Amino acid sequence: MNLHEYQGKALFAEYNLPVSKGKIIFKAEDVIEACNEIGGSKWVVKAQVHAGGRGKAGGVELIDDPNEGVKFANKWLGKNLITYQTDKDGQPVNSILIEECTEIVKELYLSAVIDRESQKIVFIGSCEGGVNIEDVAKNAPEKIIYQGVTYGDKSLPEDATNIAKVLKLDEKQTDQFLPIIENLLRLFIEKDLSLLEINPLVINEKGDLHCLDAKINIDSNALYRQPELQDMYDESQEDPQEAEAAKSDLSYVSLDGNIGCMVNGAGLAMGTMDTIKFFGGNPANFLDVGGTATQERVAKAFKIILKDPEVKVVLVNIFGGIVRCDLIAEGIIAAIKEVDINIPVVVRLEGNNAEKGSKILSKANIKIESINNLSHAAKKAVELAK
Amino acid sequence: MSILVNKDTRLIVQGFTGSQGTLHSEQSIEYGTNIVGGVTPGKGGQIHLQKPVFNSVEEAIKEVEPNASIIFVPAKFCKSSIIEAAQAGIKLIICITEGIPTLDMLDIKKQIDELGVRLIGPNCPGVITPGEAKLGIMPGNIHKPGSIGIISRSGTLTYEAVKQTTDLGFGQSSCVGIGGDPIPGSSFIDMLKLFEEDDQTEAIVMVGEIGGNAEESAAEFIKSNITKPVISYIAGKTAPAGKRMGHAGAIIAGGKGTAEDKIKKLKECGVHIADNLVSIGSKVDEILKS
Repeated sequence: MNLHEYQGKALFAEYNLPVSKGKIIFKAEDVIEACNEIGGSKWVVKAQVHAGGRGKAGGVELIDDPNEGVKFANKWLGKNLITYQTDKDGQPVNSILIEECTEIVKELYLSAVIDRESQKIVFIGSCEGGVNIEDVAKNAPEKIIYQGVTYGDKSLPEDATNIAKVLKLDEKQTDQFLPIIENLLRLFIEKDLSLLEINPLVINEKGDLHCLDAKINIDSNALYRQPELQDMYDESQEDPQEAEAAKSDLSYVSLDGNIGCMVNGAGLAMGTMDTIKFFGGNPANFLDVGGTATQERVAKAFKIILKDPEVKVVLVNIFGGIVRCDLIAEGIIAAIKEVDINIPVVVRLEGNNAEKGSKILSKANIKIESINNLSHAAKKAVELAK
Repeated sequence: MSILVNKDTRLIVQGFTGSQGTLHSEQSIEYGTNIVGGVTPGKGGQIHLQKPVFNSVEEAIKEVEPNASIIFVPAKFCKSSIIEAAQAGIKLIICITEGIPTLDMLDIKKQIDELGVRLIGPNCPGVITPGEAKLGIMPGNIHKPGSIGIISRSGTLTYEAVKQTTDLGFGQSSCVGIGGDPIPGSSFIDMLKLFEEDDQTEAIVMVGEIGGNAEESAAEFIKSNITKPVISYIAGKTAPAGKRMGHAGAIIAGGKGTAEDKIKKLKECGVHIADNLVSIGSKVDEILKS
């Protein structure tokens, strides 16, 4: 689950990390009061969306008159911001963060992730911040450090110093950096983060380190023990069909083809999409209906798939493990009747009681192509989608 | 021979009396697995599925001498269940549960490594040695004793590979689902080592998917350590890069993680690629008969 910058910065503040004084507004008329409350004569206004690349897309502005902030808010609130990290429709802007202006002397990069290979939390640092870090990784890998850390480990100060060297920090900044790393690590662990990125981490005119951005991603599996973070969930930033699916515990990702897919298991779902492509078709979605493909879940899955107007045919691919295919077949029939589907449905059942399931499907008085062989089923779906 | 489990495996089930534990234990017993008891705190002394229930793994060890445990408890209790079994002296733990927080797994992995315990999973279908023992949730009837070792990150994809190798008459020595989580208890490499040493296994099928670089590491390992033919299928060729927030996740693996990268690396290291989900079995056939 992603957080907005303002939510991330609130967490940063809670963990004693240096962030700017700021205020979040949801209505343009609140801009002036927010600017006055923050004080000073220059502010930064930042559109809040779950995507990077906002600056280049016009979603961040420097203002020296609160009225410009009102103009900015009127321009963006309720609109979509399109950046190179969003899809073609962009992400809706529902709030704007107003902050005091920070004089930037130098921009750095700092992030932390769980590294699968070393099985550690790894900090990534670079002396080149504020830019696309992937380009730095490609063009100047010597400017990036990957430092594995362990909380409570005696070597943490040494690890932090290693990063500080690559960031080219001076003595004073290096002294500031150790508590920053400690606090970020504590935040990462205590709040069950899966990603934390500060781009840029800056050196301000006083020569102090300061966090100008905050991107935070929380491990969805741990949300049960992070209720206050769960409350920060912003459904408007998710694809509406994906959010709807997530509510029913279905894993759905929309794609741009026209063959709807309903599969049990994430790996098999990807394999099914690949098979469709192999035979010249285009999948409209990824959908993992889960291990227990009950009538209720199948019906819900059909409803989500059919919300996509591009879908010309649905391919159902179920490998019955413990669930019996005859029960799944009955579930599919009931779901098709319930949802009132009028496009062709190709069903491939395999595994537990597959033959019995296929018989039930072929006897049912509805338009289903029951094909046990996956290649044949995929070919049929591709043909029907043309 | 086989790997990890066989008819002599003495299994206990943690989360024995819950709905998942009960359903899958019934099926495992029916398959012939030697379940010697179960653990459900607070229900010690009861009899469930005609097997004794214990309050703790430690009690179970004293009474029924298990050498493996399978875990069905909910995700939030998995960390304590795995650690309990490991500390009590169980050397093979299979965790079926999905949804364990990644930071819990970092901690679990560190502790079980120190204790010299092998963990399979979490978020996996388990392990089966066809005709001998089924420690997991896979459908027993698609398996057949035979010569192919199967390792996979995905449940239902494993079943595809199993079905295809059964249909062509090869059968399987053992099948292991290592699970799809970022931090798995055991890796492809851990299982490749075991299959290499197993006399019954003539060829190994490795089913991978996009994300991480487990397949790349396995490819390197295969190149210098595995003499048996390895056939691999990688799912996710058509998966889109997707929306991203930040870049840290993308650059940590150095741009790796796509199906193309994985397939390229595997080919370079001498692994045979089944380029389609439906051709895993025929690829095995082609390699073994050539």
